[in-house]
Amino acid sequence: MSLDSKIPEGPLAEKWTKHQFNLKLVNPANKRKYDIIVVGTGLAGGSAAASFGELGYNVKSFCYQDSPRRAHSIAAQGGINAAKNYKNDGDSVFRLFYDTVKGGDYRSREANVHRLSEVSNNIIDQCVAQGVPFAREYGGLLDNRSFGGAQVSRTFYARGQTGQQLLLGAYSALSRQIAAGKVTMFTRTEMLDVVIIDGKARGIVTRNMVTGKIESHSAHAVVLATGGYGNVFFLSTNAMGCNASAAWRAYKKGAFFGNPCYTQIHPTCIPVHGDQQSKLTLMSESLRNDGRVWVPKELSVSEKLRRGELKPKDVAEEDRDYYLERIYPSFGNLVPRDVASRNAKNVCDEGRGVGETGLAVFLDFRDAIARDGEDTIRAKYGNLFQMYEKITADNPYKTPMMIYPAVHYTMGGLWVDYNLQTTIPGLFAAGECNFSDHGANRLGASALMQGLADGYFVLPYTIGDYLTGVPIKKIDTDHEAFTEAEQVIKDRIHKLLNIKGTKTVDHFHKELGKIMWEKCGMARNEKRLKEAKVEIQQLREEYWKDVKILGVNEELNMTLEKAMRVADFMELGELMVDDALDRKESCGGHFREESQTEEGEAKRDDENFSYVSAWEFKGEGAPAKLNKEALVFENVKLTQRSYK
Amino acid sequence: MEKVRNYTLKIWRQPNAQSKGEFKTYEVKNISTGSSFLEMLDILNEEISEAGEDPVHFDHDCREGICGMCSLFINGRPHGPEEEITVCQLHMRTFPNNTTITIEPWRAKAFPVIKDLIVDRSAFDRIIQSGGFVSVNTGSVPDGNAIPIPKQNADLAMDAAACIGCGACVAACKNASAMLFVSAKVSQLALLPQGQVERKKRALAMVDQMDKEGFGSCTNTGACEAECPKGIDLSNIARMNREYFTASLTS
Repeated sequence: MSLDSKIPEGPLAEKWTKHQFNLKLVNPANKRKYDIIVVGTGLAGGSAAASFGELGYNVKSFCYQDSPRRAHSIAAQGGINAAKNYKNDGDSVFRLFYDTVKGGDYRSREANVHRLSEVSNNIIDQCVAQGVPFAREYGGLLDNRSFGGAQVSRTFYARGQTGQQLLLGAYSALSRQIAAGKVTMFTRTEMLDVVIIDGKARGIVTRNMVTGKIESHSAHAVVLATGGYGNVFFLSTNAMGCNASAAWRAYKKGAFFGNPCYTQIHPTCIPVHGDQQSKLTLMSESLRNDGRVWVPKELSVSEKLRRGELKPKDVAEEDRDYYLERIYPSFGNLVPRDVASRNAKNVCDEGRGVGETGLAVFLDFRDAIARDGEDTIRAKYGNLFQMYEKITADNPYKTPMMIYPAVHYTMGGLWVDYNLQTTIPGLFAAGECNFSDHGANRLGASALMQGLADGYFVLPYTIGDYLTGVPIKKIDTDHEAFTEAEQVIKDRIHKLLNIKGTKTVDHFHKELGKIMWEKCGMARNEKRLKEAKVEIQQLREEYWKDVKILGVNEELNMTLEKAMRVADFMELGELMVDDALDRKESCGGHFREESQTEEGEAKRDDENFSYVSAWEFKGEGAPAKLNKEALVFENVKLTQRSYK
Repeated sequence: MEKVRNYTLKIWRQPNAQSKGEFKTYEVKNISTGSSFLEMLDILNEEISEAGEDPVHFDHDCREGICGMCSLFINGRPHGPEEEITVCQLHMRTFPNNTTITIEPWRAKAFPVIKDLIVDRSAFDRIIQSGGFVSVNTGSVPDGNAIPIPKQNADLAMDAAACIGCGACVAACKNASAMLFVSAKVSQLALLPQGQVERKKRALAMVDQMDKEGFGSCTNTGACEAECPKGIDLSNIARMNREYFTASLTS
């Protein structure tokens, strides 16, 4: 199968406008005859479902939480980018486009990223109209702040809860469509498979998480907005329920998986405290606007700090190494996430890390508080400081925060064309679930932008074009394709419940996470990746022989839910390793130790690796096939990324 | 301070909505003081699962205090003893060694128990569906800076919008009233120019839906505000009462 990205012809800045005109339309009277399934209610799924409902389609929306308002988009803290140039500091659609392509280390599609930048401004307008209480200046106009990888202030925010406010905006629009009868909402419902009839996605099979009932839902098109797969690592900043099962099931039904090895390790998370830890907490990147990152210059000082013999505030100025400011004078503490994370790892590997485990660096607000006063800092970051104190029992107004990188976001995801359609006709992927806009590294405040761009402003156009080619006649859920898919799931559940082994699901998940973090994490090399592949295969084999799952299917059973997700993580983990092995270059979040500059920076190999890896499922036990979509850059010049 | 602690847990177990629930007692040992409350429950669940007992079911998701999913009534208080945080941010250093901790679900007629510590809060969704939005379709909206909003109003709207919809206010209230939750949304939109067009209709519809769901009346006790993990202010209830009466008298 050949990959057609369907990027429109013409100059970059005109592609989307022209494409919108060329897309076929469904007439208003016919829209009500089409059904669309949207899985996931985060920024991408919630906004898409609401917008489809407004257009007149019949929508079925699904989430695993008890309410659509709880999707993990809600946890995004810092902000959302837009090229408004309200600050008069030289921003433009092209600059946002340029920064995003560069920030992604030249591994994203130009046309997609330009469209994202174009619609970024509409998103802000839309959210304001919904009543999203963005931060404002005294004159009543919208305020902005700076984020990593940019030298302009283009990030709109609502205190440290931007994701929450944007999600509640989308949730309110969705609620309005539910009340209007255009969207039917299914909560505590998990999608377990996609159903394909005559080569087109025509529905899904779900499990009602309260009753265990396996059910089929038929539609004319299916949208997956099911988020990323960071929980492969067990410890991440994702919510506990975040999983890759919907995307993975789609992959096994023929949707290609794009760039699975691109994972983002966020530099500012609260360090791991011990074996009992279940998840990691992010401290917003916006803190790097005012916080200064440092470790001691001398090993001996770090050791004293670790043993508690010295307090951070007593380390003299000349004994501190503000390493980001030293190495990257022009971007300083605001270098992109991948660069900040790798440098934190480097100083800790040198033994200069702090905290009990030595796996932490300081993020210090002393100078900002002296400059602006505690009240100003509290107004900007109060809730983050409070959260930090609750978790660590340290007061960041008095002593520096300690941070360490953690898995946060996955740039990889289902391969989609310009219309956000996967390689399965009628199956679309939006938000973090697809691979399309962030290349090998996502810039801060771009995830919210992409989720809402896909849901509010891209899918409502492109899905109509697809539907014009689909017969209006509905397919009943007693069609054999649905009954077969249901049976496969019932058998899988039966099999899992009857293993009756000795080890818990969490035990296996933790083991998988350890392998992935140590061998396919912040730094990767061929030897360790090869080991990881074997270890994952062994672990998976053991899982299907020795996992212990209690209870029955016919009731709320959180162990069973988790068991199905972990089974999929163990397959996806191996594909991530395969992809990391194939990509012998370093780019963005993917750092191959074999490919670095003399200064230890990531070294791309544009001649050999300027492509999107799109992996194709070839059957159980068979190796996945790698398809390549060549990346063409006509508007930006590929350079070695430098933030110095 | 000791690094690990032991606890006796009294936990509400109820297999499903139909059956009668009861407290069961468990012992947990060697809990790190740096563990979160939910991590402590994870450890308990690993142990009882290994012993062949169905794990204790509880709602949780983001574990960062923002999704509003976690909902435990600990030692008689929603989200436990600390102020302005959710259960997932509560850490075991708060609980003295060798003490008993009682854990119950939210208790309210409008929040029926689904299993163990999990309740059904879909009533909140239906209240929002009745009017907690601005009726604007995607596209065709003015520029974000077309209508300046005084910073003070924007900040007050944000204070109200910080509600995470967890339901602690209902659980804390002796009448199981949802006034703090509903008033937070009514206030947010009443304070912003975008919410003006539907202001009256919204207040009437949301209060009406709240009553239909079976939440109790407000007697201005203030337990909701005291227990709210996001510090939503009681003055929002006063504002909603004004909105409701004005709307009743003038529409």
